[in-house]
Amino acid sequence: MTALVVVVTLPLLAALAVLVLPERARVKLALGSVALGVLAALMLARAVWQDGAVLLTLGGWAPPLGIALRADGLAAALTLMSALVMAAVALAARFEMRTRRVGARAAFGFWPLMLLLWGALNAVYVSRDLFNLYVGIELLSLAAVALVALSGTAQALAAALRYMIFALAGSLLYLAGVVLSYAAHGTLDIGLLGERIPAHSDALALGLMTAGLLAKTALFPFHVWLPTAHAAAPAPASALLSALVPKASFLILIRLWFEAMPDLASPPAILMLAMLGAVAVIWGGILALVQKRLKLIVAYSTVAQLGYLFMVFPLAGGAGSAQPWSAGAWTGAMFHALSHGLAKAAMFLAAGICIAAVGSDRLGDLRGLARQLPMTSFAFALAAITLMGLPPSGGFTAKYLLMTSSFAAGQWPWALLLAGGGLLAAAYLYRPMAALFAREARVTARPIPRVWQAVPLALAALSILLGVLSATPFDLLQIARPEPAAEGL
Amino acid sequence: MSAALPVLILLSSLIPAGVTFFLAQDSHRFRNMLNLGGATLKLGLIIWMLRAVADGASYEATLSLAPGLVMLLRVDALALLFISLSATLWFLTTIYAIAYFGTKAELSRFFGFFSLCVAATTGLALSGSLISFFIFFELLTLSTWPLVAHKQDKPSLAAARVYLAYALPGSAALLWAIIWLESATGPVLFTDPPDLSTLEPGALRAIFVLFIIGVGVKAAIVPLHGWLPTAMAAPAPVSALLHAVAVVKAGAFGVVRIIYDVFGAANVVALGVGLPLAALASVTIIWGSVRALQQDEIKKRLAFSTVSQVSYIVLGAALASPLAMIGGLVHLIHQGLMKITLFFCAGIYDERAGIKTIAGLNGMGARMPWTSACFSIGAIGMIGLPPLAGFVSKFYLGLGALEAGAPWVLGVLVASTLLNAAYFLPLLYRLWFLPAAEDTTGDDRAPALIGPAVVTALATFGVGMLAASAISPLGWATLIVTREYGP
Amino acid sequence: MNLTVFALTGAALVGLGVYGLLALPHLLRRVIAFNLTGSGLFLFFGAAGARVGVLDAIPQALIITGIVVALSASALAVGLVVALARSSGKVVLPDEDPSP
Repeated sequence: MTALVVVVTLPLLAALAVLVLPERARVKLALGSVALGVLAALMLARAVWQDGAVLLTLGGWAPPLGIALRADGLAAALTLMSALVMAAVALAARFEMRTRRVGARAAFGFWPLMLLLWGALNAVYVSRDLFNLYVGIELLSLAAVALVALSGTAQALAAALRYMIFALAGSLLYLAGVVLSYAAHGTLDIGLLGERIPAHSDALALGLMTAGLLAKTALFPFHVWLPTAHAAAPAPASALLSALVPKASFLILIRLWFEAMPDLASPPAILMLAMLGAVAVIWGGILALVQKRLKLIVAYSTVAQLGYLFMVFPLAGGAGSAQPWSAGAWTGAMFHALSHGLAKAAMFLAAGICIAAVGSDRLGDLRGLARQLPMTSFAFALAAITLMGLPPSGGFTAKYLLMTSSFAAGQWPWALLLAGGGLLAAAYLYRPMAALFAREARVTARPIPRVWQAVPLALAALSILLGVLSATPFDLLQIARPEPAAEGL
Repeated sequence: MSAALPVLILLSSLIPAGVTFFLAQDSHRFRNMLNLGGATLKLGLIIWMLRAVADGASYEATLSLAPGLVMLLRVDALALLFISLSATLWFLTTIYAIAYFGTKAELSRFFGFFSLCVAATTGLALSGSLISFFIFFELLTLSTWPLVAHKQDKPSLAAARVYLAYALPGSAALLWAIIWLESATGPVLFTDPPDLSTLEPGALRAIFVLFIIGVGVKAAIVPLHGWLPTAMAAPAPVSALLHAVAVVKAGAFGVVRIIYDVFGAANVVALGVGLPLAALASVTIIWGSVRALQQDEIKKRLAFSTVSQVSYIVLGAALASPLAMIGGLVHLIHQGLMKITLFFCAGIYDERAGIKTIAGLNGMGARMPWTSACFSIGAIGMIGLPPLAGFVSKFYLGLGALEAGAPWVLGVLVASTLLNAAYFLPLLYRLWFLPAAEDTTGDDRAPALIGPAVVTALATFGVGMLAASAISPLGWATLIVTREYGP
Repeated sequence: MNLTVFALTGAALVGLGVYGLLALPHLLRRVIAFNLTGSGLFLFFGAAGARVGVLDAIPQALIITGIVVALSASALAVGLVVALARSSGKVVLPDEDPSP
């Protein structure tokens, strides 16, 4: 329980503290709190592993009067993944977000925003209250928008504002749904909503909340803000934005559809969500294929990869009894969220190193960089393996679980999409790899410290390890798994 | 011990691979020792295991991933046949590669992926479940890509891209087949053939076709063979690896596993998919030979010859009769020995005399006697002249075809033999009987390059001469067929 | 009776705000539209809290929180708009610029 309190409050306190410190101490404090945060996330995961879901009622008041925080297996896994990504980003930012490299404003602004974003993420992971989730996701959006604007160029500001418009519209839609739901049921607690007496306005409320969250998750057709925003931010910020931020709004969707109102999941609604996901996989992949800049390729790849997550709606459970493991769609989607988080962060950090070395991320300028930056290029390749869903990575485990479920549920077209999406990923990731590994004698690359180079490699290796040692995270995700995830929506 | 040994065998190439990546480019001595040490250790372990298995020991190691994903390493006679081949040839190829590359650049990367490739092949051979077979199959794809692209010039990169463009859709088909099958039967272990009765015959046929597409890309079955001749842009040790030790062999091995351990020979016959596959293999055998005839580059000619020869293994498996099976399995070994000899020699001609085309071979028999002798033995073996290795394979395939009631296969074998002769004999004629051009240079006084070729050439002789003994490949293949598949 | 008036007013504000958010290219107007939508929602929320006649404290607490959140969002948005206007001289997004 202490660990739960720490993961929520530590980042927020640290965010306040770094505001008043000079640069050197600021970085030290941020790194220290990230290390502490990883430890707390580990302890939280251990507690959940040993004793099941950890529940905390604030001030001892049970819902509907009080507010409950609860860490189930999924929340613990996401918290741990986020802490690891944060640690990597902080280590990379120690080199990258320096005054002489990015200017005083960005060097100062990055640290409190990063910590704020982290606190908001953790709050969303463990919140059980719709309004609390609203505050969390709003805070998350604000921190994310500010990170996009950090460089201060007109381009970045425009990207940030476009993102902000989508984020604010999304928040309002979500809030409208929350208000409607409260008007009908007089409670905001997800657990209590699961036991509610259905009302007529429920469908509208769920629809509004879903639409708002889709805009924040950047699911097709709400994805238009994502690539420019993610490409405009400094690389460590892009890593956070792509790897973690969409997962928070996706998690709220899961909470709504699987825990609060599973009874409203009618086949057409589910099909629509999944179709949007399918279009995202294909459209995002095609757009990634034609980009000429590394960061844009990686950003469009996020659009595509987020589409896979929505396969969870038609597949979770399905004909769950056909095979002992085919209730794995839910777990498969969560595995995808975890491995995508690790791999995508690794990719953006690697892109950041490339930019620091040659001052550009045009594919033509990156040719032959593998010779100067072997570790970085290798990290990029490992992360690509995860995104393509090739064994033995975490992405493969996710794909395997989703594919078996789609066959078990008799919905093999989704499996076709998963297989095709993997090939599309191979196609669009091949281009940057071919550029990196081309034979060309470059002399202009600036030297990059080895520690910095090792950071994305470590993250990418983790995303592979997630597949090699998938038994433990699989079991962790089962802890306090919502019932409809096993029985089907 | 029974769980540790398969893992140790896997680690004997995995650990050198991992360490090699981090070595400095110029630490040649340590890198060579590491790789040779790993190869030697692996050979030793396999010899130990061969003796133990003959005494009735069994080895198994399991690692459970997420439910349904069972990583199972298990030693059976078929696995032993394949790893004995790959370990022996890895050892020889390592010696050859060290001599071939000398002190060129990027060798740490090369040997790292080289060992990783062999580790993947070992894992694939030892796999006891379909899903672990798939995982190692993919690892093999990924670790061969950098080897094909090693030179990093335009043709190599193009070849590497073509390779991936074939291999990745192939593995998607394979994964699709595995998941379709397992969603009906549960995880498939090779020891315990799955119960296929829950699936419609139509679905089973579709699954079989997907399986064959999946492994067929690696086995270079026509029309999925396009990548193999292009991959000739890679350096000679890589070609040797692709053609004899790892990739193509993995595909052929996969066909054998799928027919005998997943579907079962009886089901393959009952579903009526064996004969179409045999027919496809026959087309591949003829087509590969015809294309080989048209090539002027030595390595291209050898590559098309591989396309043709590997399908003997597929043919043997597809006929689904015990004798044809013996012929196919024994060819797995024989083709490996002969083809690696030829590629070693082709590399020596290129490296020591700059000869790439067939016309350049004129009169080289006198200048490079050792190389030319080895090359000749490999070529004659391929044609199938008794008592060399190729004859034994073809003899059993022919008997098996009669047994399976498919006498037309004999026609294929005869035609292919004639074609083999037509594309190899002119080479031998040029080597030994035509005068050398005035300006030719080169010699073959490079023991580390010649040594491996001599060993494999002698083995080509040996396995044919000693075919009747129990420890020959033929003896093993007979043992496998009688022990595991019954008469 | 009273409550219906509140709820309808809230709905009208939301409608106006959504229109502005979607249709107006000028960024400052969009920020105001966002605030309008938020205010409408809070009004509706307050009305919903009082629906049974008894005063429900939770909506009031939440509305105050919501106003604070909306305020900080507006502050950030206005800050970004000002920065954009300074660096590019325009108060619209580049691809929505009516004057090319």
